[in-house]
Amino acid sequence: MAFATFIVRRLLLGIVVMWFVTIGTFLLFFVAPQDPARLLAGKNPTTQEIADINHRLGLDQPLIVQYGHYLDRLIHFNLGISFVNGVSVNSILKQDLPPTLSLMVGGALLWLIVGLGAGIISATRARTVLDRVATTGVLIGITFPTFVFGLVLLFIIYLPLNRAGFHWVQTGYEGPTTSIVGWAGHMILPWITIAAVSAATYTRLTRGSLLDTLGEDYVRTARSKGLTERRVLYRHAIRAALTPVVSQLGVDMGTLAGGAVVTESVFGLGGIGQQSLTSITTGDTPVVLGIVLMAALFVVVANIIVDVLYSVLDPRVKLS
Amino acid sequence: MSLTQIEFQAGGAGNAPTQVIKGRSPWALAWRRLRQDKVAVAAGVLIIILALLAILAPVISSWVGHPPNTPYNNGTNSQGLPVSPSGTFLFGTDGLGRDLFVRVLYGAQISLLVGIIATAIGTGAGVVMGMTAGYFGGVVDTVLARFIDSVLAFPYVVLALALAVVFGPSLSVTIGVISFFSWAAIARVVRGQTLSIKEKEYVEAARSIGSGSWRIMFVDILPNLIAPVLVLATLAIPTAIVFEATLSYLGVGVQPPTSSWGNLLAQAQQFYSTSWWYLVFPAGFLLLTTLAFNLLGDGIRDAMDPRTERVFAAQRKGRRAEARRAGRTPPAAEVG
Repeated sequence: MAFATFIVRRLLLGIVVMWFVTIGTFLLFFVAPQDPARLLAGKNPTTQEIADINHRLGLDQPLIVQYGHYLDRLIHFNLGISFVNGVSVNSILKQDLPPTLSLMVGGALLWLIVGLGAGIISATRARTVLDRVATTGVLIGITFPTFVFGLVLLFIIYLPLNRAGFHWVQTGYEGPTTSIVGWAGHMILPWITIAAVSAATYTRLTRGSLLDTLGEDYVRTARSKGLTERRVLYRHAIRAALTPVVSQLGVDMGTLAGGAVVTESVFGLGGIGQQSLTSITTGDTPVVLGIVLMAALFVVVANIIVDVLYSVLDPRVKLS
Repeated sequence: MSLTQIEFQAGGAGNAPTQVIKGRSPWALAWRRLRQDKVAVAAGVLIIILALLAILAPVISSWVGHPPNTPYNNGTNSQGLPVSPSGTFLFGTDGLGRDLFVRVLYGAQISLLVGIIATAIGTGAGVVMGMTAGYFGGVVDTVLARFIDSVLAFPYVVLALALAVVFGPSLSVTIGVISFFSWAAIARVVRGQTLSIKEKEYVEAARSIGSGSWRIMFVDILPNLIAPVLVLATLAIPTAIVFEATLSYLGVGVQPPTSSWGNLLAQAQQFYSTSWWYLVFPAGFLLLTTLAFNLLGDGIRDAMDPRTERVFAAQRKGRRAEARRAGRTPPAAEVG
């Protein structure tokens, strides 16, 4: 029962958050000195043409009325129509979601494996060669800007492989429906890029949190019971040490759903991130609003999942 | 005269040589530790060299005889592609046949300028906001702390893109956007420190002699914040540099023909299969710069933090034993 009330309460709160997000983005983009009508009308439009377009898009109405219309469509799950090409925002998002989701899920798996592994190693074997390797890796991860890392991968992996006639690794995006192997070939470099940059954060988090946890009384108790170090580590310490990692993962998943703008641009994946870059630069407000709302939805849901996971991982945490 | 500056004589009894014991301020100790940190010193030297190259970019450009924005006929080959590094063009040329060496140096100007100015603004704002929140507490603190949290939690790349586009991409907008996202991390730390410092006896003493809030904040609290803020600021510079490069790479930061490492790399992406130098030099400079600032920041943190003394005490004990074996005098123990 407590669980059900928790979920309902958080969902309601989430709706309030989303409502604030619509107000914020709506204001930012409609107050912005941009003129979608002029953009649509082509070269040398007459004043009449511009007025017509503004009327068609409803831009000649007061802001509050426009906002009312927007909310009205929104509760019918209709995100409106793109200013630039007249396609519905729902279908644009549907088309852009697969590359972004592929990137998110594969990337997250990879960086969790690397980040957790490196973090556990450097916490349990502090000041050994392995720890040094992990620390150096972290330093490289935080030093390389995402786009530079991506470009370097293109230069040292994609280019030589394709020159050598090995065409598995590709840029662009291809859905997994045609061929899983082909899909992985398109995704492997983006996965490595996004994982390399994020794994550094996860290594540091895991290392710090695990070192703290290993100093706690209950770990000493577990040791004094005569448990093997392995069991102490994996059954007792890591579970509680994972809580900050899980909350970071929640934040990152939410952010990524708004698109990994940089990674997608470097590899030409054409997901939500690239879409947001084009839409923002062309002043395509409905698409931008749609992306922001979807990202906010992911953040809200991710946060709820994180809080549930918290209580599963650490029995001291109670849902409320 | 503060206590640490007092020099006094000890052991003057009898005919033993007079020994002067000199008190060292925490700053002097930190500086001493920093100088012993070879990595941090190397990073510092590298930063100075980069800064000199950036400042002297116009001079170097006229030495080489290539202005940054002039395309050269011999700067592209018969197929119109950039030419590789040579005596004429040290780093080769870019897509339009301009001297990449000169453009990379001008890019260093932009990077360091953005890094330092954005960090300065962000740090200033962060210190004021954090101190205000921590010192006044109550409603002020609640509002500011929530604001700090929401800025930190925001998916900043998208918002930064939006701000850059809304205000039109330019150098000053880039600096503004980066400053807006850099103050919150500093404000959070400053707030925490202020919360504990304001309970100290000397703050109470200051209040009891009638000092006003602003005087207490800036005269009594601020000096205690300098050490952590200095570390955070050093580490914020590379973040700002990467941020600028990313915005410029995406086309919403510094606009061509002004060169920035970010927009150089965006152009390089069309040519990387034929012209490695176009990618390697701007990327190399960018990486060296961020790495140097990160290493220097870590060095300053270790030097300022007395706790590192304890962490490395074991190591130093080993070193001292080694020194004794080699017949040298062991380095004096430092107390942080």
